[in-house]
Amino acid sequence: MIEIDGLCVRFGGLEAVKSVSFSVVRGESFGLVGESGSGKSTVLRALSGLNLNWTGRMSVDGQVLAPRRSKDFHRRVQMVFQDPYGSLHPRQTVDRLLSEPLQVHGMDNIERRIMRGLNEVALPATVRFRYPHQLSGGQRQRVAIARALMAEPQVLLLDEPTSALDVSVQAEVLNLLMDLQQAHGLTYILVSHNLAVVAHLCDRIGVMQAGELVELLSADDLRGGRTHHPHTASLRELSIELEEPETSL
Amino acid sequence: MSGVLSREWLLSETPASRAQAAWVRRYRGWLQLRANGLAMVGLVTVAIMILASLAAPLLAWQDPSAQDLAGRLAPPSLAHWFGTDELGRDIYARILYGGRVTLGMVVAVVLLVAPVGLAVGSIAGYLGGLADRALMRVTDVFLAFPRLVLALAFVAALKPGITSAVIAIALTAWPPYARLARADTLTVRSSDYIAAVRLTGAGSGRIILRHIMPLCLSSVIVRVTLDMSGIILTAAALGFLGMGAQPPMPEWGTMIASSRAFILDQWWVPTIPGVAIFVASLAFNLLGDGMRDVLDPRQR
Amino acid sequence: MLVEIRNLRIQFPTATGLSEAVRNVSLTLGQEKLGIVGESGSGKSLTARSILRLLPPNAIVTADKLTFDNIDVMRADEIALRRVRGARAGLILQDPKFSLNPVMTAGAQIAEAWRAHRGGGRKLAEQAAIDLLAQVQIRDPKHVARAYPHELSGGMGQRVMIAMMLAPDPELLIADEPTSALDATVQAEILRLIEDLVSRRGMGLILISHDLPLVSHFCDRVAVMYAGRVVEELAAEELLRARHPYTRGLLECLPTLSHRQKRLAVMQRDPSWLES
Repeated sequence: MIEIDGLCVRFGGLEAVKSVSFSVVRGESFGLVGESGSGKSTVLRALSGLNLNWTGRMSVDGQVLAPRRSKDFHRRVQMVFQDPYGSLHPRQTVDRLLSEPLQVHGMDNIERRIMRGLNEVALPATVRFRYPHQLSGGQRQRVAIARALMAEPQVLLLDEPTSALDVSVQAEVLNLLMDLQQAHGLTYILVSHNLAVVAHLCDRIGVMQAGELVELLSADDLRGGRTHHPHTASLRELSIELEEPETSL
Repeated sequence: MSGVLSREWLLSETPASRAQAAWVRRYRGWLQLRANGLAMVGLVTVAIMILASLAAPLLAWQDPSAQDLAGRLAPPSLAHWFGTDELGRDIYARILYGGRVTLGMVVAVVLLVAPVGLAVGSIAGYLGGLADRALMRVTDVFLAFPRLVLALAFVAALKPGITSAVIAIALTAWPPYARLARADTLTVRSSDYIAAVRLTGAGSGRIILRHIMPLCLSSVIVRVTLDMSGIILTAAALGFLGMGAQPPMPEWGTMIASSRAFILDQWWVPTIPGVAIFVASLAFNLLGDGMRDVLDPRQR
Repeated sequence: MLVEIRNLRIQFPTATGLSEAVRNVSLTLGQEKLGIVGESGSGKSLTARSILRLLPPNAIVTADKLTFDNIDVMRADEIALRRVRGARAGLILQDPKFSLNPVMTAGAQIAEAWRAHRGGGRKLAEQAAIDLLAQVQIRDPKHVARAYPHELSGGMGQRVMIAMMLAPDPELLIADEPTSALDATVQAEILRLIEDLVSRRGMGLILISHDLPLVSHFCDRVAVMYAGRVVEELAAEELLRARHPYTRGLLECLPTLSHRQKRLAVMQRDPSWLES
């Protein structure tokens, strides 16, 4: 479904992503983990079309991507951002936010699609005419997910979608993402620094360090400790150490 | 069931329609403005001035152009509430009718200047690169023109009068709005929500018009109200040079200019229009300050 | 007792009446590390800031007792409190991008904090700033002292923040989500640093976070807050034996690397938790 081959991204003099290659099968969840500055978000942004200074080869569903994406690409590939506070236009109601992709792509039955979208992300109809500042963090993120799904995409790029949420809300949103993937046969690429979240949602995981993809492994292997690269091992150890509450003096 | 436009309906946390949501937001803004005493003083004063100007034929019983050279420079009395000017014309009537001209010029300038500045600034800010540089250089050129010099040039080309004055002022008043809109656009351009709209596949035009301009609008509106006093004074200066309103048309600035010789002995003739300009400027300033607090999206 | 809070209430006026942000919270803190854990809106930040009376001006605060080292915070005047803030109690916030002055170098800000509370000349303060940067384990303190906040990474910015807060040698440190904006590796380093500095200087620490397991690693006691109340208070090592359903819910809804999970447990909020 998605093929990335030798992707390089430069910011001025700095190489943020150094020749990253991986592929994602249709319907799969692929995770990208790494520390801040490892380049994982940059890969996502280059794939989504937000960042234009990349070299290499990327293709989605067999079509090679040009630097400027077509409208059709944007219908098929959508993104959910990290900060629910920042990814919704502050002056637009939820209704307006959700109808925007429908209007851009000239889709019909706007009313019905909006109601269905809200329903799918378990948001009540009462939030429809609220402004983002009147919603909680979890509600905003659901709106962002609903917006991403409005144009019926095939691929969802998720950039730390739950990092800014409370843990209980994170659990709900992760369950929601799993359900939506099942219901719509979506392909996910999930970026996060939280190994547990990525291992929970994803089948295969790529580990990035300083712009390079240092290891590709399955979620099961990560859980089981069958890692090859030392960075992966240290990330895993730290995650396990921190997630278990201290039980001895 | 709360009625439409009732207080309950307007404070609702769960609006049921697009219209209601918009009204709720407007009502909350109004409540916030109302809580600001000075802003309300400004608002009421502006409202009174505009209404009085519009109702001038009803409120003034004398013809503002009727001369009475025998009764010139008369002090305020029951017959002439504000006295008479150097040609015996009733100052009270001239103030009311002059308000139409002065405030009318201001509104005309604003209606020309704000949309153009907003458009230029947001396009430059969003597109960046060559378009940005080109548009900003154009802005700089217009910013460099002194208003009066440009007005004189216009008079040479057209005839002196309100229209030329309005155009001349507008041509030099729009650049700050472009800069303001560009600054707001630059702040907003790299935000996630604009990125999200780009990812829906919307074109630049749609993004600028429907997503970026609404965010710049509040700064522009606030700047407009604060600029009003400057525009009034510029119109007065043009009137002083004979470039603005031509006699016998009353206009506050021209009234001062043509009677400045009498400031010592018949102080009321130039002073009363001066007070009118002062009150108008102050009212617009107070209102502008209050509106900034209400409209600034960063305050949320 | 460094801090004593008894029956703290904080309310805010809204268009539709008074809303209660903190309801009858009681806590004490000695020379130890206390973690306050809760989700957004639980009132944890407000509770900690009330110790220094750093609340929004429209907040209505009442308490039976609210003291810092026996100073009655509610009744003290502004001058007395200013002698406490910074000098005796420091506050570290979440994002150094927003809490550091963007137009001053890191060294200048630390030196300013030093001079404000300890006096002394500029040279002395600059040297002290470099010493403090070394104490927060920055490898090249001279270089960082000359850097501006936007040139520093999140983790470095937080270290600068910590150095600034430690300059006056306070007795209490309040850290409000100090690592929430950082990734896991840096989080651990910063918290270890804080823990180490606090232990060596004999300070008290209030660590506010939404991450329950993380807090249990770095604190002696943990208070769990929900909707403005403290629903459970327990020693850090007893976290797994927590009894309140909300605390258990917080622990159980976390994804884990130790085994595969089909779905994550979702918190069932019981309205009875709102009363206590």
